[in-house]
Amino acid sequence: MDIFSQIRNSSQWVFYLFGLIALLAYPSFANNFFVFQIGALSLILGMIALSLTLLAGYGGMVSLSQMSIAGLAGYFLALFGESNAVQSLQLAPIIAVPAAIILATLVASFFGLLSVRTEGVYTIMITLAVGVATFYFVQQNYVIFNGFQGLSGILPPTVFGTNFKDPVPFYYVSLMCAVLAYVFVVSLIRSPFGVALQGIRDNPRRMKALGYNIFLHRIVTHSIAGALAATGGVLLAWFNGFVSPGIVGVDAMINILIIAVIGGLNHPIGGFVGAVIFILLQNFAIDLVGSDRFRLLVGCVFFLIVIFSPNGLIGVGSKILNWAKKRPKASEDKMGMEVIKVDDV
Amino acid sequence: MKITKFRRVLTVVSTLTIAGFSFSAQAEDEIKVGLLATLEGPFTVLGQDAIRGAELALMEWKGMAGGKKIVFVKGSSNAQPDSAVNATRKLVEQDKVDLMIGPLSGSEGVAVKNYSRTQPQITFINGSSGGQETTLVDPSPNFFRFNLDGAQVMAPLGSYAYDKGFKRTMIIAEDYSFPYSQVQGFMSGFCKAGGKVPKKAWVPVGNKDFSSVIASIPEDVDSILVVLAGADAVNFMRQYEQAGGDKPFIAGSVMVDQTVLSYKGKRRDALIGTLSSGWTADKLDTPEWNKFVAEYRKSFDDAFPAPSFFAFAYYSNVKAMLEALDQVNGDLSDGQAKFRNALQNLQLQTPVGLITLDENRHAVGPAFITEIIKNDEGDLVSEVVQTVPKIDQKLNLSAAEFDAMGIGSRESPSCP
Repeated sequence: MDIFSQIRNSSQWVFYLFGLIALLAYPSFANNFFVFQIGALSLILGMIALSLTLLAGYGGMVSLSQMSIAGLAGYFLALFGESNAVQSLQLAPIIAVPAAIILATLVASFFGLLSVRTEGVYTIMITLAVGVATFYFVQQNYVIFNGFQGLSGILPPTVFGTNFKDPVPFYYVSLMCAVLAYVFVVSLIRSPFGVALQGIRDNPRRMKALGYNIFLHRIVTHSIAGALAATGGVLLAWFNGFVSPGIVGVDAMINILIIAVIGGLNHPIGGFVGAVIFILLQNFAIDLVGSDRFRLLVGCVFFLIVIFSPNGLIGVGSKILNWAKKRPKASEDKMGMEVIKVDDV
Repeated sequence: MKITKFRRVLTVVSTLTIAGFSFSAQAEDEIKVGLLATLEGPFTVLGQDAIRGAELALMEWKGMAGGKKIVFVKGSSNAQPDSAVNATRKLVEQDKVDLMIGPLSGSEGVAVKNYSRTQPQITFINGSSGGQETTLVDPSPNFFRFNLDGAQVMAPLGSYAYDKGFKRTMIIAEDYSFPYSQVQGFMSGFCKAGGKVPKKAWVPVGNKDFSSVIASIPEDVDSILVVLAGADAVNFMRQYEQAGGDKPFIAGSVMVDQTVLSYKGKRRDALIGTLSSGWTADKLDTPEWNKFVAEYRKSFDDAFPAPSFFAFAYYSNVKAMLEALDQVNGDLSDGQAKFRNALQNLQLQTPVGLITLDENRHAVGPAFITEIIKNDEGDLVSEVVQTVPKIDQKLNLSAAEFDAMGIGSRESPSCP
């Protein structure tokens, strides 16, 4: 059953419709800063976090290397497409963008191949290792990746006189990609492939006995998540205008995990919710508590979210709604989010 | 039920709307200045000292310039260019500052300069970033810098070292833009005087094991130019001592910092006599410098024993802004044209001497050749042996000579 019939068959459409209208209307009442740096960046980081939600929440594989995939996609874009890099092939965006995403997806599949035979904390360790290796590789390779300086001059294309670097067009491009990615993931997890993936998460041995090739299944999930992260990475490279090793550094890798976890790993919307909170805090914490201790506030908020709601902010949301409905237990909250038990994460 | 949902959505939408409109109300007699420094990440301590420098300048002006109250709006980055641009964008587009000060480090400077092109109505003044290409390659008409870059401060050292008898030197430096500039500054004079650099070793920042580098030092060099900072410098010196090395050092500007000179190894005394060059010196004994250090120590309880380069650079840049504002009586109308003109023609008296701007809006100012001595308390300190009052960004070379060399990189300049 695809997402659209799901929506039609339930009252969820009201929520989705209002959400979409609000997102579409957002640039008409927000200033450029809010459209570009809060709106578009939240959608981009949300997409990268969404790829982690798919892997961790539905596949039981907590991967730290999603940011590495996104960063590499940005590097590939700079190398294939138009940029200041001397190594660049200066291809048209219509070729460079798919090439960057495909190549990054291949890298993601390779990272998946390395990590799928591990479980739990070992998956985290091995993806951390490949992520850190990626960071040092791009920092110290001068022939292709230009080392410490990275590659600059990456600009989104101008199509029909619309410059996609301008805040509002860039926001709509990000929104389109994010909505497509979201709809894709929501349909995927309800497809036979996604249901089998959740089966593998909950009981790999039984799924194996049922005849599923669980390693292949996991690798394919890595590839799909890689393609989502790579799309986010291309947008992120356009957003920044350059790629440098800091973009794939350990801090950035952990940030994606924080975003996914504070948002909530048990629904695809979690990554986006987490990204909005993360970016608002990153930008405005300094105004709330001054320049000396603002990182403390950021840390405390994350800490409180995790302490009070193991399912992240969307967990808090459904708790409040359930409480308001005076219904002690519910399998589905009002916003139509299926509360799926995530035991393995 | 549906009505409740609708209300919820309405609440969310209206909250976002309120958040979307920035605080547009602003007093007429107030100028908002964005102040960006690294208040998170690896350079946090340096960023805090930079803020002290900026505040010191404002205190000197008693918070007023050109008849208007100056208000700092602080922003923080983590030394990465993307973070610096995001913080600047927030200050400019959301907090609506009139002027910007910052950023702190080299690659941040290049990124903020590129961003400044998209905001031509705002004047950007550098904090302490010293990347050469910020003002040499594609300079932005509204980006001003009143501090010298890494190559300028090292430029007088090359020929001085050659005259002191160093003819062949090997280079050991960290592998990023600031050491490239420092090495270029040194080599521009050294190669021209006839010196040879047969080998350069670029090591990653945070390198722990220097054994392969030490093993590769050629027999026939008479000195080593070391451009390493902090822990890297101390690690290198300890390992060089253990390997039995005895070649004298020539030091980059950040090597003769007190963080390195407090090193306690056996080879400590071998550092005496080490030549270096920088933006100031421990024993720069001029009234202006002593006054600056005294003010700095008096004003902050938690300050360093002496102001760091970052405090000094932010101080100079903020001072330039305040003096220019005084000159135009706080008039920022007409796309800040008068103010920019005042900045461009400023004769800025900094604690180390006179700084003026070149046609790319970059500083021309003094550098100091120093030598390490042991003072009466037994501490190693740097003493000025020669003052060069004016070094421009092309290292006092002709444009053709400089352009032949280009911006400092791993390969350029070269004289094996």
